[in-house]
Amino acid sequence: MIGGVAWSTVGDLLLRHIYLAGVPLLLGLLISLPLGWLATRYRWLAPPMIAGTGLLYTIPSLALFILLPLLLGTRVLDDANVLVAMTLYSVALLTRTVADGLGSVPGATRQAATAMGYGELRRTFVVDLPLAVPVITAGLRVAAVSNVSIVSVAALIGVSQLGQLFTEGFNRNDMGPIFVGIGACVVLALVLDAGIALLSRVLTPWLRAGVAR
Amino acid sequence: MIRFESVTKRYPDGTTAVDDLSLEVPRGGITVFVGPSGCGKTTSLRMINRMVEPTEGRILINDEDVADRKPARLRRSIGYVIQHAGLFPHRTVLANVMTVPTLIGWDKGRARTAAMEAIEKVGLTADQASRYPAQLSGGQQQRVGVARALASDPEVVLMDEPFSAVDPLVRTDLQNEVRRLQRELGITVVLVTHDIDEAISLGDHVAVMRQGGHLAQLASPGELLTEPADDFVASFVGKDRGYRKLGFTETQVEADPERTVSLGEDVPAGRGWVLVADEQEQPLGWVDRQGSGGPVQEEELHRMGSLAEVGDSARVFLDAALSAPSGRGVVVQDGRVVGTVTPERVLEAIRAQGGSDG
Repeated sequence: MIGGVAWSTVGDLLLRHIYLAGVPLLLGLLISLPLGWLATRYRWLAPPMIAGTGLLYTIPSLALFILLPLLLGTRVLDDANVLVAMTLYSVALLTRTVADGLGSVPGATRQAATAMGYGELRRTFVVDLPLAVPVITAGLRVAAVSNVSIVSVAALIGVSQLGQLFTEGFNRNDMGPIFVGIGACVVLALVLDAGIALLSRVLTPWLRAGVAR
Repeated sequence: MIRFESVTKRYPDGTTAVDDLSLEVPRGGITVFVGPSGCGKTTSLRMINRMVEPTEGRILINDEDVADRKPARLRRSIGYVIQHAGLFPHRTVLANVMTVPTLIGWDKGRARTAAMEAIEKVGLTADQASRYPAQLSGGQQQRVGVARALASDPEVVLMDEPFSAVDPLVRTDLQNEVRRLQRELGITVVLVTHDIDEAISLGDHVAVMRQGGHLAQLASPGELLTEPADDFVASFVGKDRGYRKLGFTETQVEADPERTVSLGEDVPAGRGWVLVADEQEQPLGWVDRQGSGGPVQEEELHRMGSLAEVGDSARVFLDAALSAPSGRGVVVQDGRVVGTVTPERVLEAIRAQGGSDG
C-alpha cells in the first residue's frame, strides 16, 4: 500500500497510462512523418499544414474526449476515443517538429545526395531522416511529457489510468491517492523523457565523435 | 565528349540563366567554366547531370542525349564535387565514399575496396577513413568530397566551386591534387569557378561566360591571355595578363654558372652577393660580401627568393630573378643549384621565343 492505494492498483493504472499515452505518441509520429515531409517538400503547404495541425492542440482535451464518440460512433468508455484524441495532440506537436527536422538538413548535403544519384524517397530515408533525428527526438520528448499530462483528464469520462487516482482522491476527500498519482505521472514523464533522450544518443553517434585530428 | 547544343535555361519569372549556349567539352583534361556571378556557369554545369533541366536545346555525353537517361542513373555515372564538400555528416568517411558504388549495386566488398582506393588516391589515410566528416579539417573534407566523386571510376567529374571555401594554402594543395588525379586517371573534369586565376592555372580549356549566360570565349589559358576575344574577356582576365601569360610560356632560359660557398667558408670583401649552399649543393640563402669579408655565419644569411626548377615557365624564372636579393634567380634541378639567371637573361629568352606562343 502507498498513500492508501494498493501497489498492484498503481501498477495496473501505470500500465494503462503508458498504453494510452505511448501508443498515440508512436501513431502520431508515424502520421507526422509524411505530413512533415509534405510540408518541407511543397513549401506552400507548410503554413496551412503547420497552422492547421497546431490548431488541434488548442481543442480542450475534455471536449475532445466527449465529442469523439459522437464523431466516431464509438462507445463513451471506449479506449479508442482517448487513443484517437491523444494521437491528434501528438500530430499537432510533431508535424512541425518533423518539418523543422527535415528542414534542418544542410542544403549542400541534400544537393550532394541528389547529385550522387539518390532518388527522392531513398534520400529522405537514408540522408534526411537520420540527420533530422536530433530535432525530431527533441519534439518527441515534449510530446511524450504532454501526453502523460493530458491523458489523465480522461479519468473524468471514466477511462482508467493514473488520472483515476485524482478523481478518487477528490471524491473521498483524501490527498493520498492524489499525491501517488502525481508522483507516478512525474516518474513516468521523466522515464519517457530520459528514454527518448537515450534513444536519440544511440541514433546519432556522429554528434559525439571527438574532434581529434 | 560533352556537347551543349543551343542550350537555354529560362526560369518561370522570366530570367534567363543560360542563353543559347553551344560548346564542346573535349575528352580528358580540365575544362573550366568561369565568369562573374550570374553568368550561368553553375546552371550550365548542373544541366550536365540534370540537376537543372534546360528549357531549350540539348546536352550530349558521348553523343547520347542526357534527357534520354533517368536522372538518378545518369547522376550515378558522373562524379560530382560540391562546394563545402557536402559530405553526409552521419556517415564515416569510408561510408561517404562508398555512396555511389553502393548505389550502382556493387557488393559491399567491392564497394569498400574501391572506396579505400579512392581515399588513398586523394592522400588520406586508412585511419581517417573511419572518422566522421566533422572530425576532419575543411581541406580534408574536400579531399573526401573528391574521393567520393571518384570512387566508382566515372569518366566525367563535375566540380562546382570545389575550392572556394578553403584557405589559400590548402586551395593550392587541392588544385595540384585535382590536376594530378586528372592526369593520372585520364578523366574529363568540368569545373566551375568565379576565380579567373584558378581557371587559368588549372584549366586546359577555359570557357569564359558573361552575365545572362553567354559564352564569351572558349580557349586555352595561354590563348585567353594573348588574344582575348573582346573587351569583356580582356577586362575579366585582368590587367596583368601580359605577366601572367608568361606562366604559359615554356622558355629555354640558360642559367649562368654560379659558384656557391658553404657555411663557415671565408669569403673576402668585395665579392658582392654570394650564394650559400650545403654539401648536397642545396641552396641555403644569400650573403652580402660587398663591404666586409669573413667566414659565412648562418645568422647573416638572407632569405632566398623563389626558386626556379629547370623546365619551369618564364614566369617562374622571372619571379625567381626579381625576388632574389642579389638580382640573380636561383635555378635548381632536383633541389641542387644549377646556376642563376638575371631578369635580363629571362627577357632575352622570351624575346628569342617571339614572346607570343601560347
